[in-house]
Amino acid sequence: MRATVSIRGGAHTPEPHESAVGHVTGSAPYTDDIPEPVGTLHACLGLSEIAHGRIVSMDLDAVRAAPGVVAVLTAADIPGANDISPTGLGDDPVFPTDTVAYHGQPLFAVVAETRDQARRAAALARIACDPLPAILGVEAALDAGAPDVTPPLTLARGDAEAALQAAPHRLQGRMRIGGQDHMYLEGQIAFAIPGEDGTLTVHCSTQHPAEAQQMVAQVLGLPFNAVTVQVRRMGGGFGGKETQMNLFAAVAALAATRLDRPVKLRPDRDQDMIATGKRHDFVADYDVGFDAEGRIQAVDARLAARCGFSADLSGPVTDRALFHADNGYFYPHVRLASRPLKTNTVSNTAFRGFGGPQGAVVAERIVEEIAFALGEDPLTIRQRNFYGPGRDVTPYHQRVEDNILPRLVAELEASSDYRARRAAILDFNAQGGVARRGIALTPVKFGISFTATWYNQAGALVHIYKDGSVGLNHGGTEMGQGLFTKVAQVVASALQVDLARIRVTATATDKVPNTSATAASSGADLNGMAALDACRKLKARLVAFASDRWDVAADAVAFAPNEVRVGDAAIPFDAFVKEAYMARVALSATGFYKTPKIHWDRANGQGRPFYYFAYGAAVSEVEIDTLAGEYQVTRTDILHDVGRSLNPAIDLGQVEGGFVQGMGWLTTEELWWDADGRLRTHAPSTYKIPLASDRPRRFNVALADWSENREMTIRRSKAVGEPPIILAISVVEALSMAVASVADYRVCPRLDTPVTPERVLMAVEGLRAAGDG
Amino acid sequence: MTDVTMTVNGKAVTRSVPDTMLLSDFLREELRLTGTHIGCDTSQCGACVVHLDGKAVKSCTALAVACDGARVTTIEGLATGGVLHPMQKAFNDNHGLQCGFCTTGMIMTGVDMVNRYRAAGRTLDEAAIRHELEGNICRCTGYHNIVKAISQAAAEMAAPQAAE
Repeated sequence: MRATVSIRGGAHTPEPHESAVGHVTGSAPYTDDIPEPVGTLHACLGLSEIAHGRIVSMDLDAVRAAPGVVAVLTAADIPGANDISPTGLGDDPVFPTDTVAYHGQPLFAVVAETRDQARRAAALARIACDPLPAILGVEAALDAGAPDVTPPLTLARGDAEAALQAAPHRLQGRMRIGGQDHMYLEGQIAFAIPGEDGTLTVHCSTQHPAEAQQMVAQVLGLPFNAVTVQVRRMGGGFGGKETQMNLFAAVAALAATRLDRPVKLRPDRDQDMIATGKRHDFVADYDVGFDAEGRIQAVDARLAARCGFSADLSGPVTDRALFHADNGYFYPHVRLASRPLKTNTVSNTAFRGFGGPQGAVVAERIVEEIAFALGEDPLTIRQRNFYGPGRDVTPYHQRVEDNILPRLVAELEASSDYRARRAAILDFNAQGGVARRGIALTPVKFGISFTATWYNQAGALVHIYKDGSVGLNHGGTEMGQGLFTKVAQVVASALQVDLARIRVTATATDKVPNTSATAASSGADLNGMAALDACRKLKARLVAFASDRWDVAADAVAFAPNEVRVGDAAIPFDAFVKEAYMARVALSATGFYKTPKIHWDRANGQGRPFYYFAYGAAVSEVEIDTLAGEYQVTRTDILHDVGRSLNPAIDLGQVEGGFVQGMGWLTTEELWWDADGRLRTHAPSTYKIPLASDRPRRFNVALADWSENREMTIRRSKAVGEPPIILAISVVEALSMAVASVADYRVCPRLDTPVTPERVLMAVEGLRAAGDG
Repeated sequence: MTDVTMTVNGKAVTRSVPDTMLLSDFLREELRLTGTHIGCDTSQCGACVVHLDGKAVKSCTALAVACDGARVTTIEGLATGGVLHPMQKAFNDNHGLQCGFCTTGMIMTGVDMVNRYRAAGRTLDEAAIRHELEGNICRCTGYHNIVKAISQAAAEMAAPQAAE
């Protein structure tokens, strides 16, 4: 019987990425691949060559006179607001008018017939500035009393000061945590095409088309409905295209409008890395009190971040760092404070995890310090401090209700044979050789929802065409994470049709308006629910139609695989749809979703900012060369919680890729500004993201197949985009153990990140020198 | 401007191009073969790898005029008669891609390494694949499924001339 047949490609199946065949054949176009209309021009930005100073003069005559140049645009050419600050603070000019705020800040744009001509012309500018003192890093900013770019946050519960003083043990420390460049393989790009009656369309590689639309509109002085921003796919985003595309979209749109010709702006990789924001680097100062068993009594910590010259998203990023400075641990008394510091560097921005990973690194360092102080296995200290019944209130007063982390960690501890391997490594290191090993198990607890509560909404649009094919559109953007695939699978299951019937179209502001960024791991949660809402509306109409048309009760109508059951009859889906069309049933519906339960009172640091938590844990083992500092991650085992996975293949890919990207952040990726504030690592030649050979030699990744989201999320799944970054802390701690072995684990090496081979070597030498002395 | 003639994906093409034009721009802009991607502009990332006379090159490193008379295969020329090349199929089967931007270069590099190892009678094991991928970077996948895909394709590619 047909009853046993199920649809192909429904939710929870490991479908390939919806564009997989397009990607392997090179036929899936990115923004730069869109055919250029005749007359298309190309823009290039001219960048500041000092970090801070007053602009005395901008001599652009040679730029204007260069071959092929059509126009040069400065702040004076902007008809609307000269501001693209995403939070509306007015501190993020398209082009500055009197003060240069960082080395690499765009000052003007040149538009030419070809991209090559534009780039050559941009180099001819003569900018005169009176230099001002530049504050570059976090510690310099703290020492100089630099201001915050946005109001800081304090989270507090209990009496941290009194509990610290009363604690049997107490220690303080400082950790420096490096930033990270997104290094999306497809760089920033915007391609603006003028339309009729003052409108325009901007094709842009962006995670937030609605914001790009808003910024273009406000820079041009247009209503939002005059601007359409569209993106079918990005070649990676990772947070780097949540706000950082605004500049490129605005400049391309400005040029296209001024010249009434299509204009494309694609910076080269060096400009992209110099002129766009990065993950925040932090300096964390912590003070922890604990008892003889290593149970934390109180934590007082300050997390100071380099934010660059403007706020951008630094407020919510530094807030999220505090939200994750507990990671999985209960702090009976706690005070956590952020410092979003203003510096003369590019404005730091969103990056996968959005401050959360930096906060979690601090939590793990605190636990590691306690373990070294007591001479215990850090995992034991971790397990003693996990949230659990009666110890379940976070520093922001949200209760942890599911408490599945202890189970997840225990399972990984067993499946990875952690304790026996650690014992073997202690024996190995005791032989005193040049090679030393380390192993560490670290957990992840990540809060899911935008902390800006109003961002937790989404819209979708589902059409059933009269041939039975389905068109799907929603506000989420595809950057490789598989969002389009997952939402299409949700729709396939809801309508009970094969996935092949569903076509997902480009995210566009004229289809679904007022969307949120595809960020905060929320894409499938929000857009999946919105699409499901649209499907429910359509199904309700179709059930009503069938009940009426065939004179059966509504509950006698059922959506079965690729057909609709009406009483005892089974009608193929396309034939059924055609009947519905002939009976004038509306076959298009919008869907909407807003996340329930969440609320957040920032002024008082209390609320439920997160709908739920996603969990995970990783065990990493490393081997270091104590004479060279070089190392290899020899094995990593991961157990990760994605609830009931919408697509296990895609989720595993997110976990694997997120871990390796996190490993890059914490080990090899070093951003280096020189004393003049010039970024010296602005290409993959000097900025080292992980290579295929860097991935752990043995890499066992599994999803916790027993987990189901206790909240009513889309098909009980959980968000997966960001949390896996945090799994990589296991590598840092494993390196720390290997380093510490040279001084018999008496001292916590306090490795700063990224833990480059150079830092490993310096730490080994430092411990040895201290031991000799 | 200089006249350049090449055989690209089996078809003879002639264009008059500036001497400074890169092969990558020639393929993308003159021939609209946009499956060859520009990732870093500086020969680091490998997104623009094509085969030049049967060998993998980063097309942003080669000048179009220097390729006069050459035989070029791009990602668009890999599938035959609508049937995916075993390397393409393996990337699809093994979820060896996410954003897809590095994928075409990875596949062209993968085909080249399988051919070279086969011609030299060497075994392309996992360690060798990881080593051979040092010129191709991926920011999404963590390489896990890319390596699996190349391993599968290496087993399936019947003959050394399969790439051409």
